[in-house]
Amino acid sequence: MAIESEILVVGGGLAGLSSALAAARDGADVRLVSYKQSTLRQASGLVDLLGYTPDGEGPLTDPYAAMPDLPASHPYRTVGVETVREAMAMFDEVSGYEGGHTDTNALLPTHGGTIKPTARYPRGAAAGLASDDRDTLFVGIESMTDFDAPHVADHLDAAGVPFDVRGETIRFPGDLRADAKVTRYAKLLDTNGEVAVRGRKVPAREALAQRVNPLVEDAERVGFPAILGDDNPGAIRDALGDQMGVDVFEVPMGPPSLPGLRLEDKLFEALDESGASFETGNPIVDFDGEGHVERVFMEKNGARIPLSADQYVLATGGLVGKGVESDRDGVSEPVFDCHVPHSDDRYDWFDTDVFGDHPFAGFGVETDDDLRPLSADGDVEFDNLRAAGSVLGGYDFAAEKSGSGVSIATGYAAGTSAAAEVR
Amino acid sequence: MASTPHIAVIGGGSTGVGIARDLAMRGLDVTLVEQGNLTHGTTGRMHGLLHSGGRYAVSDQASATECIEENRVLRDIASHCVEMTGGMFVKRPEDSEEYFQEKLQGCKECGIPADVVSGAEARQMEPHLAKDVEKAITVPDGAIDPFRLVVANAASAQEHGARIETHSKVTDLLVEDDEVVGLEVEHASGPGKRVHGTEGGTEEIRADYVVNATGAWAGRIGDMADLDIAVRPSKGVMTIMNIRQVDTVINRCRPKGDADIVVPHETTAILGTTDEEVEDPEDYPEEQWEVDLMIETLSELIPMLEEARTIRSFWGVRPLYEPPDVGSEDPTDITRDFFLLDHDERDDLPGMTSIVGGKFTTYRMMGEQISDHVCGKFGIDAECRTADEPLPGSEDFSVLRDYMDEFGLRSPIGRRSVERLGSRADEVLKTEGPNPTVCECEGVTRAEIQDAISQSGSDLNAVRIRTRASMGNCQGGICTHRMASELHGEYDEGIVREAWDELLQERWKGQRHALWGEQLSQAALNYALHATTQNRDNDPAGGDPVDFAAFDSGVDHTDDSGTADVAADGGKPDGD
Repeated sequence: MAIESEILVVGGGLAGLSSALAAARDGADVRLVSYKQSTLRQASGLVDLLGYTPDGEGPLTDPYAAMPDLPASHPYRTVGVETVREAMAMFDEVSGYEGGHTDTNALLPTHGGTIKPTARYPRGAAAGLASDDRDTLFVGIESMTDFDAPHVADHLDAAGVPFDVRGETIRFPGDLRADAKVTRYAKLLDTNGEVAVRGRKVPAREALAQRVNPLVEDAERVGFPAILGDDNPGAIRDALGDQMGVDVFEVPMGPPSLPGLRLEDKLFEALDESGASFETGNPIVDFDGEGHVERVFMEKNGARIPLSADQYVLATGGLVGKGVESDRDGVSEPVFDCHVPHSDDRYDWFDTDVFGDHPFAGFGVETDDDLRPLSADGDVEFDNLRAAGSVLGGYDFAAEKSGSGVSIATGYAAGTSAAAEVR
Repeated sequence: MASTPHIAVIGGGSTGVGIARDLAMRGLDVTLVEQGNLTHGTTGRMHGLLHSGGRYAVSDQASATECIEENRVLRDIASHCVEMTGGMFVKRPEDSEEYFQEKLQGCKECGIPADVVSGAEARQMEPHLAKDVEKAITVPDGAIDPFRLVVANAASAQEHGARIETHSKVTDLLVEDDEVVGLEVEHASGPGKRVHGTEGGTEEIRADYVVNATGAWAGRIGDMADLDIAVRPSKGVMTIMNIRQVDTVINRCRPKGDADIVVPHETTAILGTTDEEVEDPEDYPEEQWEVDLMIETLSELIPMLEEARTIRSFWGVRPLYEPPDVGSEDPTDITRDFFLLDHDERDDLPGMTSIVGGKFTTYRMMGEQISDHVCGKFGIDAECRTADEPLPGSEDFSVLRDYMDEFGLRSPIGRRSVERLGSRADEVLKTEGPNPTVCECEGVTRAEIQDAISQSGSDLNAVRIRTRASMGNCQGGICTHRMASELHGEYDEGIVREAWDELLQERWKGQRHALWGEQLSQAALNYALHATTQNRDNDPAGGDPVDFAAFDSGVDHTDDSGTADVAADGGKPDGD
C-alpha cells in the first residue's frame, strides 16, 4: 500500500517549498520529499526577480516591467506577470523579507565587492542598500578569507557608490582558530558566550562591538560578513548597533551561506504551519506510469517505498541541484526522464568566455502553459506532473539574476494549479 | 667585452631556467627573459612524469639512459618537487608478449631497475587495474611538479645573481656587424601583469651571448635574424581526473600509441596523451575526440575511468626537432633527443645558440651541455654544480617536524603545505598573523599565497602555479575572489580586479573540455557563485555608471530599533 497524498512535491528548495506552501494554503493535502541539502545553503539568501534582460541590459530598476518582453519560452512568460506578483506576495508573507514595499529593485553590496540588483532581501541586509547614501564602514575578520573588507570597500568605491566607504580588518575577539567555519562565529554570537579580552571575560557581542567601535568614526552604518548569528540575527544586530550607535547589516557570502540557511528554516517552518507533511534525506529513484504518474518510489535504507498522489510537482533543481544531469553523451532529467533539449555536441554546451552566453545555463525541461513538461515531440509527458524552479529550461538565472524569483513564481504556479486539480 | 660575460637566455621553461641556474652558478652574468609566466610554454603543459626511461627503453636507448641518470639526480636535488610513485608497464591480453620482453630487456640494458610482477600482484599494488591485465614491469617512474621545479630553478639562479624577467617578450634580436649582440624586449605593464621588476616600455638588453631556449617558439626567435629553425610542434592532450585512481604511474606496455599513460599528480591523476603535428604553437585546435580517446582507451587499463569525473583538460606542444634531412612523416617518429644549434657553425651568425627538442626529465643535463658550450666560447673553465647542489626547498630537509602544531594548521593542510614548500616551510609559514586556508581543495594557506605574491607580483596565474591554489576539484569556484583579496593591499583595486578576471578566464579555459557530469554541475555552481552571488559578470566597476538613486532605498526602521548606546571602552582593533 503506497503512502498517499493529494499532491506530492519532489524537491525541497525554494521552488518545492513555494509549491508545497501554495498548494497547502489552498487546502490540498500535500507531502514534500527532498533528498540532499537544498542549494539554498549555497545561495546568497537574496531573492532576485530579474536584474538584467537576456541581452544583458541592466541593472533593471523595475523587473515586472521587463517581464513581458522576455522570450516566450521564459518561465516568467509561462506563468505571467500577475502570477509572479501573487507568488511574491505569498513569499513576503511567510519570509519576513523586505523589499516588497516597492516594485523597484534594490542594489546590494556583494562579498565580491560589486553591487547586484535584487527584489527582496533579509532584514539583516536592509541597512546595506547601495542606493542609501549613508557613509559605510565594512568590517572583515582577519582569519576569514571570504570577506576582505578593505578590498570590498575599494571595489565598491570603484563601482561609484553614492557614499564614503571604508574597510577595516579586525581580529575576532576570543580564541577561534584560523580556519573556524562561519557557523562557529554565528554560534558564539547566538549564545553570546564569553570570550577573553585582555584577561577579562566579556560577552561576545560586547567584545565585538568594543573592538569595532574605535574604527567607526563618521560611518553611519557598519557591514559585517554574514556571520551574525543563525538563531538570533536580529538581536545580535541590535546589540551591536546599539553599542556602536550605527545601523548594522550583513553582506551575503558564498557557501555555507547563513542567510540562505535562515531562509530555508523559515520556509520549512511556514510549511509545517500550513499543515503539509515533509520528509528529507531520501531520493526518489523511480516511478510507475505512462502519460500519467501512478506512483513514485523512494529509496530509504535500501528499501523501495512507493508514494502515490493525484498530482506531482517536480522541483528537483537544475544542474547545480542535480535535478538535471549529464554525461558525455547527453543531458537528462533523472527522476521522470523528461526530455531536456540540448545539442548532441557537448562542445556546443558552453561559450568560450567565462561569462559568455552559456547554453548549459538554460538546460532544463520545456513545459506547456500549465508547467507540464513536454516530450521531444512537444506532447505533455505526464498529465499530472508539473515542473518548477531550476529544473525548468529556457532561462539563465545567473546572468539574469532571476533564479529565486523563477523558483518562487513557478513553484507557486505549479502548486496552485495542482491544488485546483484536486479540488 | 667585460670581464664577466653577460648571457641572455630567452625562455622561462625548464630548459631556460636550467641554463640560467647553471650559468649563474658558474659565475656568469645572466638575464633570463620570458614572454609570459615562468612555465608559460610547454613546461606548464605536461603530464608531470619523471621518466624512469622505461618509455624509451626499446625505441631510443640513449634517451632512456639519460632519463634514468637524471631521474636519480632530480630525486636528490629537487626532492620537494618529486613524488616517487613508482611506475608500471602493464600488459593486456591483446598486447604483444614479444614487445613486453623487449621492454624488460631494454630496461636492463639501460640500467633501469625493472621487475616483472603478475597481474594479481599488480592489482594488489593498484586495485583499480583491469581484471584481465596479465602482468607488468615495475620501473622507478615518478611524478614531478614542473611549476615548483622551474620556480626553484629560477630562485636559485636569482640567488646566484641572475636577473629573471617574466612578461617580457623579445621583439627583436640585435644584430651588429653580422653578430648577435643582444635583444630588444617589450616589458608588459599595467593591470594583470607582473607589476614589480621592470615595468612597461622597451628595453635593449645587450649581451655577450644569447641562448634561445624557447622550445616550440624557437623558430619565431630565429626569424628575427633570418635564421631557419624548423621546429615541428606536436600537440598532446592531457585530461585531469578529480581524484587519484592510481598511486603509481601506469603505462601501457606496447609500442608508441595515443592514450597510454596515467600519472598520479598531487590530488589528481592525469591521462595522456596524443601526438599530432601542428602549424602554430599558440593556435591549434583542441578537440573533443582527443579527450574521449583518453577516457575510452585508458579505461581498458583502469575501467573506473569510464565513469570518473574529469576536472579539466589541457594541451601542450612538444618542441620536436629533427635535422631537415631526416624527414619523418609521423611526429611520433621524431626523436625526443635535443639539438644544440650553434648559429655560428650552422648559419655563420656568431653570438647565439638555439636549443631545440629534448625532454623535461633531462632539462638539467641539457642545461649543463649548453652551459659547457657557452663557457667554451669564453674560455671559461668552471665546473657544473647543478647535479650536486639541491634546489631551494630541497636543502637538508631530513627531519620532518610536526608542522601542524607549530603553524596551527589542520593536519592535512599542514602536511600538504610542507610537502610543497620542502625546506622553505619555516621561512614561509612562520607568519605574524593567523594563517587561514585560502584554497580548500588543495589546502593552500594565506602564508603560501603571500609568499608566491612576493615572488611573482600581481599575476594570479603565477600565484596559482606556485601554490596550486584554484587547481583542485572546484577549479576556483570558491577561492578566486579570496586569492584576489590576498593581492589587495599590496596592489590597487583596479590591478587586483584585472588579475582576478584573468584568473577566472584561465580557469574556465581548461574546464571547457570536462563539461559533463559532476564537473558540469560544478561549473554551473561556480557560474552561480560568481555571477549570481558576486555579480562578477556585470561588475559596475569599470562598466557604465549606475543611477543609484533610481533604486529602492529601503524603508525607515528607526522607530522600531533600539536606542544608540555608544560603548565607551575602545579596545584595540587588531588583537588582544
